[in-house]
Amino acid sequence: MWLFRMAWKNIWRNRSRTIITMAAIFFAVILSILANSLKDGVFNNLIKNVVSFYSGYVQVHKQGYWDEQILDNSFEVSQTIESRILKNPNISSLTGRLESFALSSSEELTKGCLIIGIDPERENLITSLKSKVIDGQYIKNSDLSVLLSEGLAARLKLKVNDTIVLLGQGYHGATAAGKYPIKGILKFGSPDLNDKTLFMPLPLSQDLFQAYGNITSYILSLKDTEALDATAGSLRKNLGADYEVKTWEEIMPDIRQHIKADSNNMFYVLAILYMLICFGIFGTILMMMEERKFELGMLVAIGMKKSLLIVLLLIESVLTVFAGCILGVLISIPLIYYLKIHPIKFQGETAAAYEQFGFEAIFPASTDYNIFLNQSLIVLLIGLILSLYPVYKIIRLDPINSMKR
Amino acid sequence: MDTVIDAHNVSKVYNKDTIPVYAVNNVHLHLERGEFTALVGPSGSGKTTLLNMIGGLDKPDEGNIYINGQDITQLSANALIDFRLRNIGFVFQSFNLIPVLTAKENVEFIMQLQKIKRKDRDARVNQLFKQIDMEEKLNERPSKLSGGQQQRVAVARALASKPQFILADEPTANLDTKSASNLLDIMARLNKEENITFLFSTHDQRVIDRARRVITLVDGRIVNDTSVVSTSHMEDKLHN
Repeated sequence: MWLFRMAWKNIWRNRSRTIITMAAIFFAVILSILANSLKDGVFNNLIKNVVSFYSGYVQVHKQGYWDEQILDNSFEVSQTIESRILKNPNISSLTGRLESFALSSSEELTKGCLIIGIDPERENLITSLKSKVIDGQYIKNSDLSVLLSEGLAARLKLKVNDTIVLLGQGYHGATAAGKYPIKGILKFGSPDLNDKTLFMPLPLSQDLFQAYGNITSYILSLKDTEALDATAGSLRKNLGADYEVKTWEEIMPDIRQHIKADSNNMFYVLAILYMLICFGIFGTILMMMEERKFELGMLVAIGMKKSLLIVLLLIESVLTVFAGCILGVLISIPLIYYLKIHPIKFQGETAAAYEQFGFEAIFPASTDYNIFLNQSLIVLLIGLILSLYPVYKIIRLDPINSMKR
Repeated sequence: MDTVIDAHNVSKVYNKDTIPVYAVNNVHLHLERGEFTALVGPSGSGKTTLLNMIGGLDKPDEGNIYINGQDITQLSANALIDFRLRNIGFVFQSFNLIPVLTAKENVEFIMQLQKIKRKDRDARVNQLFKQIDMEEKLNERPSKLSGGQQQRVAVARALASKPQFILADEPTANLDTKSASNLLDIMARLNKEENITFLFSTHDQRVIDRARRVITLVDGRIVNDTSVVSTSHMEDKLHN
């Protein structure tokens, strides 16, 4: 206890130095938490945007569909399968889709398009498709009409209430042909989706492709998106070899790659930040050791064991670094929560570019407690590693040399 | 008589590989309990080196040093630290005290290292502060004490562990006449009343005048070793 008291007194022997050290650690913790929180927040938001656009967090297909995306690899809608999927506690909802390509035509124009048969109500729960209607109305499951993406409609010079003709290949080589009134026009941020997509009620699409009762995929949304891999693993186990389970990361590897690349860039930024922290802390440690050189030599000379002196200096370092870390975390908690509720908003052209792609033009902060924990632990670890320098100096301390003037 | 320090053929050589310089050259030194000895000589004569070796802070290149019969030249670095804690009191020229601790805590510090119980520590601290006439300064930080008061606290700290002897390296060098005289009075009284052994390294004539034995070093060798002062003479000095 007396050693602890002595360490405490030593910490405050030079108030300015201690406050500078603590401030360096304090700001380091805040900056690293803020940087990581914004990074994770932006990535999570990006995933949310991309995933809720179209893919869902997890998809279930018939085994082999992902490698050969044809209607012959579709499967029958089954209550048994649905209930096996929904048995997983992390699945919040699911919807079935029947997807295929066909030629779309208006009076004089033709264009290849992606036809997606959907359950309009369930689809809306996962991808908020209804919110993307910019003209006309959203479809119902019993409708015999379709929704057209804005780009495709423009290309074919079609508008609401016009008729579109579809021609393609159906299930098991059957001919798929039909003409349908346009009930609404959708606008997507993604140019890819916006230029070529047509949505129709699932029964209508099954009729077009003669894939009665079939779908090509189940789209799932999750309660806890962090448990993506665990959920997918559990589904694979439950559904068996007849079905394949794909996460959004597998469906859209380019997005995952983008996040990985950005994370790597952030790693370098954080590395520079941590390096600055190192210099800040190390500078004060060097000053402290030089200032106390005589005293440390004297303590060993009068009989203080080096091991005890090391413990004393470690207590001082740990207390200083710990206090800085705790203060940093305490201040960063309300700051990060504020930024979560009031995210930083992009302005001007950047905002327009984001919104054009259907992304929210915001920098939200993540409040994942792991960020607070990890970043404070990293800074604490840096402080503790740097505390090894005094340990090294004490091990090599020669009282006679230390007490030389 | 009871031998406290016994140094045999002690030498310390620097620059062994080039031109050897003997800081201490074949020194024999024998100190009995209760001696009040000054080690004198010009700068570079080897006083501090010899004192460091006797204090276990430095190892001789040749010879052996026995403290209370134990050869300290054979002890490991760690064992030497423990030996110093339990057997040797140190008073340095300056910057003796731990600045963040009060005078009392500075003295108590040595006993805490020795794991002495609080009750015994308190009793010893009170006794020591009485002996150095600083009972009213117990809770002052070193920065609030004069140089002389700081050296008196250093003496109290050196005595706290009840050592075999006290090594004092130029203890009066930074003190004014009055403070130096006070400090010497206290050390002489402790020597007389409690039979504590003191070995000083000094240039200071005031210390030399009080010493009962004066050992002169020149170029690392003892050139003179005079024991002249009787107990009555010491008492006279004390009264003066």
